[in-house]
Amino acid sequence: MSLETRPLPVIDNWNRPFFEAAKQGRLIVQKCTETGQCFFPPAPVSPFTGKPHWDWIEASGHGELWSFVVFHQSYFDGMKDELPYPVGMVKLAEGPFMLTNLWDMRADEAVIGMKLSVRFPGGPDGLVLPQFGPEA
Amino acid sequence: MRDKVAFAGIGTTRYGSFPESDSYGLGCEALNIALEDCGLKPGDIDGLIVSRIPSYERFAEIMGINPQFCLLTETAGRFSGVSMALAANALYSGAAKYVALVYGNNGRSVRMRYGGGDSQWSPWGMTSPGAIHAMMWRRHMHEFGTTHADLGPVATAFRHHACLNPDAVMHGRPISLLDHDRARPICEPLQLLDYCLINDGAVAWIMTTAERAKDLKRPPVLLSGYARQDNFTYRTSPPDDFWYPSLSATRSVYDRAGIGREDIQGLGIYDNFTPTVMFSLEGLGFCQQGESGDFVRDGTLQLGTGRWPTNTSGGHLSDSYMQGWGIIAECVRQLRDDCGDRQIPNAQAMQYICATNIAQSAILRRAA
Repeated sequence: MSLETRPLPVIDNWNRPFFEAAKQGRLIVQKCTETGQCFFPPAPVSPFTGKPHWDWIEASGHGELWSFVVFHQSYFDGMKDELPYPVGMVKLAEGPFMLTNLWDMRADEAVIGMKLSVRFPGGPDGLVLPQFGPEA
Repeated sequence: MRDKVAFAGIGTTRYGSFPESDSYGLGCEALNIALEDCGLKPGDIDGLIVSRIPSYERFAEIMGINPQFCLLTETAGRFSGVSMALAANALYSGAAKYVALVYGNNGRSVRMRYGGGDSQWSPWGMTSPGAIHAMMWRRHMHEFGTTHADLGPVATAFRHHACLNPDAVMHGRPISLLDHDRARPICEPLQLLDYCLINDGAVAWIMTTAERAKDLKRPPVLLSGYARQDNFTYRTSPPDDFWYPSLSATRSVYDRAGIGREDIQGLGIYDNFTPTVMFSLEGLGFCQQGESGDFVRDGTLQLGTGRWPTNTSGGHLSDSYMQGWGIIAECVRQLRDDCGDRQIPNAQAMQYICATNIAQSAILRRAA
């Protein structure tokens, strides 16, 4: 695995805090202050109210595997040596869905509904890409 | 707006790889065929919708068209149906008399790749429309007990149709369920034969009012009804709804058209990947949610064997990747008895379905 050669994220004003927190080993999501619901990807306003009334909260890092795919086709030069690689859709305990990779496990061990937890093993250019693997 | 607007002319180019042309050249070719088909000249066109051709201005300049209604759409295939509805509204309101809709694609010869590049999820390697559909189908398999093999009859039915269609890219190349099962994986659970083609080509339609269409060369095909429901929550990758609620909302197309499901002889379903056909059949109520695998198993979608011949040209999977434009053109051709060996006997009405975040359905029928 070579997280260092992964494609760089497109960082904007809304997701920058997410990537800064990941460098410190924290998974953060936005929480709508009016409805109490969390949302992701990062956005300027809450999708539940349309208003900029939200706070960053630290997520528990727990979730369940909602679905997953295994890439055999190469789309990124920096991921060629990882083929075939899995991408999982994780439903966080806080509600939002997040796309990630399955870490510390093989794709053929993936079972929808299994409990997963977050890891912060690294990423390209000093960034950290949160990964999910079997709950410790 | 029931039956007020008609398809008067249809033009499609050859399909394949044409590095000697481009989307402008192909678009002009298709438009000239469509104009010839209905007996109009470029100067008669007062409305223009252009899709996947880079510039509407340049295209209009090339063709010598100076309309009073003009638009360039986003390139996504859902915009074929959206464009049809926009043209219908323009015609119905009197904003234009004859609208030319032109789609041109040279993705094959410029080696267009669907996937890669920068996106929200690219650092995790998540990219490409195929992967999004693979993710949805895996969840569908989990929720309803469907399988990858359930997709096979979709791929084989459409390939069978392509083998009846001399213009299809995959003409003469039949496939079996075993071929579908053994095709190389692209993004599991989807494999090569679950994916649409990438090829060059262009499609043009001339739409006008039903009244004006009566005076043109070919029998008019009426747009009887159109329904649309958008759902942009989680945008392109809905975790678990398979666009079912929004597709279900488009069942209002039957009321709008004044035609029931039993009065329809064939379907045109947007098939970028085999799972979208399943989502479409479930969403529009051809079978219960989760039961599309059983529904398609015995050749239901195949000409000659099934009640619901679907994508009789071969669709995106086996005819040509014209992003809905070609599928709607095929519906029109069925309703003119233009389809030769792949003609649906006594086709009176056809239904188009597009399962995307802009869910749509339309019913087309022969003018009385």
